[in-house]
Amino acid sequence: MSEARKPKSSRDGFGEGLLEAGRADERVVVLCADLTDSVRAGWFKREFPERFFSLGVSEQDMMGTAAGLALGGKIPFACTFSAFAAGRVWEQIRVSLCYMKLDVKIGASHGGITVGEDGATHQALEEIAILRSLPNMTIVVPADADEARRATVQAVTYPGPVYIRTSRNSVPFVTGGDEAFQIGRAAILRQGDDITLIACGQLVYQALEAAKVLAARGIEARVVNMHTIKPLDEEAVLAACRDTGAVVTCEEHTIIGGLGGAVAEVVCKKCPVPVEMVGTRDVFGVSGSPTELLHVFELDADAIVRAAERIIQKKQ
Amino acid sequence: MSAKKTDTASLKKKAQQLRRDILAMLCEAGSGHPGGSLSLVELIVGLYFHALRHRPGDPQWAGRDIFILSKGHGCPALYAALADCGYFPKEELKTLRRLNSRLQGHPQRGLPGIEASTGSLGQGLSIANGIALAARLDRLDRRVYCIMGDGEIQEGQIWEAALTAGHYKLDNLCGIIDNNGYQIDGRIEDTKNLAPIADKWRSFNWHAIEIDGHDIGQVIAAYDEAGTIKGKPTMIVARTVKGKGISFMECDNKWHGVAPSEDEFRKAIEELNN
Repeated sequence: MSEARKPKSSRDGFGEGLLEAGRADERVVVLCADLTDSVRAGWFKREFPERFFSLGVSEQDMMGTAAGLALGGKIPFACTFSAFAAGRVWEQIRVSLCYMKLDVKIGASHGGITVGEDGATHQALEEIAILRSLPNMTIVVPADADEARRATVQAVTYPGPVYIRTSRNSVPFVTGGDEAFQIGRAAILRQGDDITLIACGQLVYQALEAAKVLAARGIEARVVNMHTIKPLDEEAVLAACRDTGAVVTCEEHTIIGGLGGAVAEVVCKKCPVPVEMVGTRDVFGVSGSPTELLHVFELDADAIVRAAERIIQKKQ
Repeated sequence: MSAKKTDTASLKKKAQQLRRDILAMLCEAGSGHPGGSLSLVELIVGLYFHALRHRPGDPQWAGRDIFILSKGHGCPALYAALADCGYFPKEELKTLRRLNSRLQGHPQRGLPGIEASTGSLGQGLSIANGIALAARLDRLDRRVYCIMGDGEIQEGQIWEAALTAGHYKLDNLCGIIDNNGYQIDGRIEDTKNLAPIADKWRSFNWHAIEIDGHDIGQVIAAYDEAGTIKGKPTMIVARTVKGKGISFMECDNKWHGVAPSEDEFRKAIEELNN
């Protein structure tokens, strides 16, 4: 942990990763649908103007154009807000990307409730569920800016479509700068034997904070950074079940079909233990500051502590 | 591209041959889309036997032009042309729509000659744009062709893509509309009118050419003209007849998605042989 560093948004890490990937591989091209600087693709655009394509406010066309560029030998990153990067273009992703297993990467910023003041229309809380159902799809939700940068660079050589969901707001760093990162392999950020908190995105930070509170109350929580929702690191989930006997999933997404759903599918098939899900509960978001919203929608460290205490009672 | 001399009489024969193959495939399969396959035969013949630079024995040849059939349901016409060119054995046409066949109900990349999987309407033109942009980036002398149905261009994504191609001045791109006037629900003008089609494309900064899509001479002349247009993409609006060539299928929309029976097949072949 490098707590001395100033908090940073994972979309910043994504933008840095794009630049790094672009410098390393000239096949990398970037497409944007009118939100170039917001999604942090502006840095790439200014360094590689020839390899940047503005598609205007046309997300469906952006996905299809990206598919064509991939067929033409490029490695396109199609970028927009998470609220528009999946639902609006799900069928284009299904047929034009996943069915052909094309190397198109989707840079989806502004994920989750922490988009904040823009409110419900802009708070993507469902897209992981709908994307997860697509064959050939890979979904990564980085925990911090460093991890977002690494995921972006790694996505270039990872086969098939990859959806990278980042956040608008600044979040403390939770992953080490030189730590090995691998798409599809979860990272244990804290050891513990009493319960496991499996988190993704910025709720990894909340889970680590919750683990501190739990430790003070005599509960040692393992914290797993499940940055890749699909393919899910089943071994990490099963190890958590075997070693700690109870799991709390933590995500900035509905508890229907996201990380919680993915973990529960594995747990109930292969190693049933009590599971509690921290996430939004089949509701739309509202306007507010990220901190307020994390609190009101019960996604913060306090909520994770409560969930852990509830479920630890059910442990055999 | 340089206009090459093509014998239109032999292309007419080729078109009739493909019609026979299409009907045989559909009859054998027992399902599929005869109407919209028969309407685009000359458009496909003009591509595979005149306009496209391609090597059937080397489907991934780097110097090839690219064709995307955005109206994927017309694939029997494409499969027939690909088999005739030698991309795969003609015998394989009989496997259309069968379990484990490479000839899926809608085209799937993986079958030699199929550049993109299509079938959900409205997605092909964006893909063609992307291929054209990639070719430009690589400074390739590649042309990209994309056939759409007229009903298909009711999809919003088509018009997003139309703006993109116009904006990027994709003169290596040639779109073709198989304007047979029908969609599943009936006549297009009764369902959701598209007229004036060519003017719509012109207003989106495309060069538009209107032709009789069954006149092979006009078809290849249009492809040749598209190759000379600089600074904008070209859209060929080809007036066609749904079910073209078979009297009892022409302009009868019940043949959108029903395969001919053995009797109907025999009658159809008789007409084509006359």
